[in-house]
Amino acid sequence: MGIAEPVVRESFQTEELSIFYGTYEAVKGISLPFAQNTVTALIGPSGCGKSTFLRSLNRMNDDISGSTTKGSIWIDGIDINASGTDVIKLRQKIGMVWQKPNPFYKSIYDNIAFGPKYHGVKGKQALDEIVESSLRRAALWDEVKDRLKDSALALSGGQQQRLCIARALSVNPQILLLDEPASALDPVSTGKVEELIKELKEELRIVIVTHNMQQAARISDYTAYFYLGSLVEYDKTEKVFTNPENQMTQEYIMGRFG
Amino acid sequence: MKPRTADKVATAVIVTFALLIVAILISLLGYILIRGMNHISWDFLTSAPQKIRAGGGVGPQLFNSLFLLVLTLIITVPLGLGAGIFMAEYARPGKLTNFIRLVVEVLSSFPSIIVGLFGLLLIVNTFNLGFSLISGALALTFFNLPLMVRITEQAFRTVPKQQKEAGFALGLSKWKIVTSVLLPVALPTIITGTILSAGRVFGEAAALMFTAGMSSPRLDFSNWNPLSPSSPLNPFRPAETLAVHIWKVNSEGLAPDALQIAAGASAVLVLTVLIFNLAARYFGRFIYRKLTASKRMN
Amino acid sequence: MRVKSKNSRLEKHHIENLVGRIYMSFCVLLLVVIIVSMVYFVASKGIANFVNGEVKISEFLLGTKWAPEADTPSYGAFPFISGSFLVTLLAALIASPLSICAALFMTEIVPGWGKKLLQPVIELLSGIPSVVYGFVGLSVIVPFLRDTLPGQGIGVAAGALVLSVMILPTITSVAADALASLPQNLKESSFALGATRWQTISRVILPTTFPAIMTGVVLGMARAFGEALAVQMVIGNAPFIPHSLFESASTLTSVITLGMGNTTMGSPQNNALWSMALVLMLMTFVFVLLVRMLERRNKI
Repeated sequence: MGIAEPVVRESFQTEELSIFYGTYEAVKGISLPFAQNTVTALIGPSGCGKSTFLRSLNRMNDDISGSTTKGSIWIDGIDINASGTDVIKLRQKIGMVWQKPNPFYKSIYDNIAFGPKYHGVKGKQALDEIVESSLRRAALWDEVKDRLKDSALALSGGQQQRLCIARALSVNPQILLLDEPASALDPVSTGKVEELIKELKEELRIVIVTHNMQQAARISDYTAYFYLGSLVEYDKTEKVFTNPENQMTQEYIMGRFG
Repeated sequence: MKPRTADKVATAVIVTFALLIVAILISLLGYILIRGMNHISWDFLTSAPQKIRAGGGVGPQLFNSLFLLVLTLIITVPLGLGAGIFMAEYARPGKLTNFIRLVVEVLSSFPSIIVGLFGLLLIVNTFNLGFSLISGALALTFFNLPLMVRITEQAFRTVPKQQKEAGFALGLSKWKIVTSVLLPVALPTIITGTILSAGRVFGEAAALMFTAGMSSPRLDFSNWNPLSPSSPLNPFRPAETLAVHIWKVNSEGLAPDALQIAAGASAVLVLTVLIFNLAARYFGRFIYRKLTASKRMN
Repeated sequence: MRVKSKNSRLEKHHIENLVGRIYMSFCVLLLVVIIVSMVYFVASKGIANFVNGEVKISEFLLGTKWAPEADTPSYGAFPFISGSFLVTLLAALIASPLSICAALFMTEIVPGWGKKLLQPVIELLSGIPSVVYGFVGLSVIVPFLRDTLPGQGIGVAAGALVLSVMILPTITSVAADALASLPQNLKESSFALGATRWQTISRVILPTTFPAIMTGVVLGMARAFGEALAVQMVIGNAPFIPHSLFESASTLTSVITLGMGNTTMGSPQNNALWSMALVLMLMTFVFVLLVRMLERRNKI
């Protein structure tokens, strides 16, 4: 494996993280750091465990029966994979956006205000502010500010995806997990989402799963190449894409570029 | 017979039988409505029945049917929602889930007369609630609950699972997700199913004969004190419903116009079921638009 | 649950989840309590006559004489048990071919408007209350039979006819679902071999979907067996085994319907009615079991 055991832990990192479905080991003992204000791209062929790995970072796999996790996920010195963790509170710190936009069947406004309201933000003015700032951060405000009461389902696919990003931002997460967030979008929307990711990394750390090598090269600072549940290579994106250590990484990247 | 000839004959038979079913429905509805409509008037719908003289109405029975339906839904809907949500969102595959599924299946397969008899033993006699609205409503709850559970479970299963994930990722509790994210999406289907089941409840008679009773006391429709025995709202009074009345008039009616009364009451019953069917479709769509605040979705 | 706060303080989301759990458990538990007490109450009343030696099980099940008010009362329920089976089987025999044809019409002959036409028809037929079926049976079918055939009109034939219409929707909708879920390539390969539509239906489609269609038939029979008022209104209610289809007879449900209100709770006659209710309940279990067996076969 490419990295040695770190002496000082990053404030967000995994340590020997393994995920099993029954007896099948989908993710095999992966240790990865995620630095503040960076975008880390997880790449690799389908079924290599990168999405499973991503989902485990906010313990979304808990809900799948028969899945078990070993190892640690450290956030600010606390292992959130330990059994005593309050998973629900944890998830508030870690936002997530999926491949397919999944806005709630509610108005645009309520999509954003729902989370903060639940977590105790009171008063219309405070909520209005959160809605506006979240939508602005997701570069959607100008397009929807006049129809906040409309259904979120009436938005286009690209707008819906940015709404989902705004929704994730509404509860002030420290980490944003993106699972192929642009793969279902048209090129223009994809461009907007990529632009957004670059801006958002100024405020938080982002982990993104993508099949699109150009996208990984464009937006990420670090790249991790997964193969059959193992971490094959991890380094600065520049390095991985121009001069990978591992033959397999090179072949995969070249193949995907070609 | 040659294959081609056989094919033609078979097709003709299939089409004939299928159209026969359509004809049966049309003539059934036509017969009930045409025969009954002649007898339906404002007076018929509001006045009390006569024992031996002609000219009786079905006012109290109609009121009883509607009141009983409301009572039943008030009890059934929350219970059905709870069990249905459990089956759709919480139950993990295993022995317990299979057992509950079997319970729901058996309960929904029981003949309604068995439900009525059980109501007679448990509610009327053991709980000593007598022949009353509340006994009838409880019996109808046993009758309607399994259906309500299924409606709820199926409605929740049609909600995309990404909705749940989105809720989890925001740090919501599972119960909050169920009630505030999934339920609004599932609600149109649940409401449609509930209205359809209401039609079934409205026409049910066998479960009520020995629970809500086969008589209705003289009701004073100006008395709205629910504790007074002559008040229509008193849940502890006996309450013959429209469906039970049709049966009673047919089997032991003494009034000379018994058949006309049965026809009129049948028409009212069938019309109500028709209205429920139409309302279920319309309301489902309407509420969907309302809850999702959508203008473009249909 | 695994989710616990570090300082194990009860927070909002824990309370919510707990409330939800308690509420759901209550509802599910209630379902179980209802079914258990239903079986217990009906069974304990149903076996009362046998336990206190009033009536022998064999006399009840096989005895052909129902004379509870005679000087030496006899409680033979065989006429009613056989009556229930007779009308149920007849109704299934009438309704099944019609329903299967309707299902074929919806899925194979004219899949487009056939479904649009028949779907609402089926829904409305199943929505009509059973007392209304009884009323129409009494005022249309009974006079018709009386005028065209021997007998008084009321009787087994009238009961079976009314029931057959009532179970049409059940069988049709199950059969239509089964036909619609058939893989498309199965039919195509038959057509590709030059088979006509009827050959495809009779040699490929119906044999493949047979268990599923039988599920519908069994569900329909379960409904017919348990139906009380519609049958009671047209069958005539004579406590004998009929010699022809146009003779008056009784079913378990019709005897219970008429007798339960007119007998004293706890009397042997009343308890005999509860024994019949127990037979009805046991038959429900048999029907559920049959459906489950057919469904299992259907999966393979």
